Formats: sequence, structure tokens, C-alpha cells
Amino acid sequence: MDQISKLLAITLGAILANNFIFSQFLGICPFLGVSKKVDTAVGMGIAVTFVMGLASAITWVVNEFILVKFDLMYMQTVAFILVIAALVQFIEMFLQKSMPSLYTALGVYLPLITTNCAVLGVALLNIQESYNFIESVVYGVTGGIGFLVAIVLFASIRERLVFAEYPKCFEGFPVALVTAGLMALAFMGFSGLKIW
Amino acid sequence: MNFGKQLKEGLITQNPVLVQVLGMCSTMAITTSIMNGLGMGVSVLIILTASNVVISAIRKIVPDKIRIAMFIVVIAGFVTCVDLLFQAFVPAIAESLGVFIPLIVVNCIILGRAESFSYKNGVGASFVDGICQGLGYTAVLLVMCFIRELLGAGTLAGFRIIPEQFPVGILTLPVGGFLVLGCLIAAMQWALSKSKEGK
Repeated sequence: MDQISKLLAITLGAILANNFIFSQFLGICPFLGVSKKVDTAVGMGIAVTFVMGLASAITWVVNEFILVKFDLMYMQTVAFILVIAALVQFIEMFLQKSMPSLYTALGVYLPLITTNCAVLGVALLNIQESYNFIESVVYGVTGGIGFLVAIVLFASIRERLVFAEYPKCFEGFPVALVTAGLMALAFMGFSGLKIW
Repeated sequence: MNFGKQLKEGLITQNPVLVQVLGMCSTMAITTSIMNGLGMGVSVLIILTASNVVISAIRKIVPDKIRIAMFIVVIAGFVTCVDLLFQAFVPAIAESLGVFIPLIVVNCIILGRAESFSYKNGVGASFVDGICQGLGYTAVLLVMCFIRELLGAGTLAGFRIIPEQFPVGILTLPVGGFLVLGCLIAAMQWALSKSKEGK
């Protein structure tokens, strides 16, 4: 029972109260770059969720059975980024062979996930919070879902923003950032959400 | 070398944060106090310069296909060095920057400069480029820290400037990061378009 309530707390925290985008500032680059259309935003969000879940599982195993065992903790950053890069490359090859339609839909965004700081961030945070294997995977997947929710909401606002009138110097990134700021303000409402 | 031109590019016309819009995560996350901004700026400056030099030195022997992986390994090595140095000598800053020091590995500024500049230019030019771009990044961080710490917490580097009841607390929260950076980029676009009209 204890375990279940902890997992629930992690889930709610990662999706709402401690959303990766709005309160931890992880994964802002793809968030701003790939949010012009809802379709691509959904694709990106799903891909990131998938990679974050897998990456948390694999990096946890690598950390526990290789780095800790051989006393190589200082290699964490290097090892994790290599694991993530290899993982993304592998997923890319797998999708290309087995699901070509999804592969073409994701296009260039797939390799870009390597440099998404949410993925490396979740791997490092799992170790920092000393989560066990199941908690790490849950945190990774729900963190990804939080990213998905944020990017889809943001993309739907941006689609309408095209028709809005605002000062010329705010064109492009500034207006997107201000919008994201207002969304972060809305998400702050969840931070009062206390769980057990 | 035309140091002046590169410096101007790094600080203003090709500023990594305000014009190229790279490395947003760290820019918004850690700019809540001057000390944090300084620590982050200096570490990015060091890592950027060092990795630029190394990548430019090995650019002729690295096969084109695996260059991104090579860049990341070089950068991750330097990030680990800086991370360990911070933990040893300034543990307070290392504590407050937290996970964002190892995350410099995926800071797009460094990978972006490796790909667009040091992979194509000599060691000397890459060294200068690293310093200039790093200075541009640090300058933006400091401006953001200044605004957010002064108005949000009423202090500067820990000293109280504005009495406790007045500051706008929301600026130190994540919301403030988005808003301040958005306004800064808007100001930059305005200034650049003005200077173009002037010419």
C-alpha cells in the first residue's frame, strides 16, 4: 500500500505539480521548437515519453550494476549520455524497419531527442532521489506524459496566436515565452496539491 | 584574428541566448540569484572554450558520420571535470545549481558551436569563439539574475536593497523566468531592428 501511494504521488507530481516544463525547466528547446502544430507536438510528446521511460529503466540498471558496483560514480554523466544517444539511435533504426509511417512522421525530431535535457534530467533525478527501479520507470513515463500534456496545450494556443495582434518586436520566440509563462502560472495552481 | 568582430557577434549580433535562442533551460532555471548566474556562466564559459579547442584540434581525424557522438563525449568529459571541481571548491553553488551542472552536456549552445564553428575553423579562432560566445551567455544570465533577484527577492548577491515587504515574489518563480526572458528577447529584437533602420 505504501508503495502504491508513493507511485501515485510521483505520478501526480510529475504530470501536474512538478511538471518538467513549467516548474523544472527541462526540455524547453523542443518545447519551443516543435510546438507550432498540434500534430507534430503530439508525435514529439509520445516519442519523448517513450524514450524517457526506456532511458530511466536502462540508466537505472547501468548505474546500479555497473557504475556503483565498480565504483565509477563520477562517470555518471558520460555514461548516461552515451546510453541515451545509443538508445535513440537504436529506436530510430527499429522504427525505420518496422514502423516506417511513424518514422517519417517524427522525422528530424527523433535524433534531436538525444539533446533533450528532459531525458538526461530524468536519468539524473532518478539517481538523486534514490528511486528504485519501478519508481524510476514510473517517474520517467509520467514525466514524459507531463511533457506531452504541456506541449499539446502549448501548441494549441500557438495555433491561435497566429491570428492575434501584438507588438512587432514580440514576434516569434518572445510571445511564445510570455504565453508559456502564463501557462506556468496556471500550472502553479497545482503546487498546492498535497498528497498524503 | 579579428577579436573585436567575434566579441561583438558573441555579445550582441549573434548572442547565443537572445538571438540564436539556444540553451534556454539553464537560462531560465538558475537565474534566481547573481551567484548562481555567475557560477553557471563561468562553468559554461570554461567548458565551451575547452571543448571548442579540443574539437577543433581533432576535427581532421574524426570521421564525419560519428562526429556528433565524438562531440558529446568530449563535452561530457569537460562537464564532469567542472562538476567535480565545483563540488570540491564551491559546494554551496554546486548545491544550488544541482542537476543543471551535469545538464550542461545537453546545452545546445556548446553542441551548436561545435557543429557550426569549431568543426570548421582552426584552434585559435575556436578558442576566441568559445570565449566570446561564453561571455555573451554569461552577460545574459547576469542581466536576468539582476532583474529577477532585485525585483523578485529585493536583494543583490545576498544584500538587501529593497525592503522586505515590496518585492514581486513571482519573478523568482518559474513564471518569472519565462516572462523576463520573453521581454528581454523582445527588447533585443526591437534594438536590432532599430539599428538596422538607422543604417
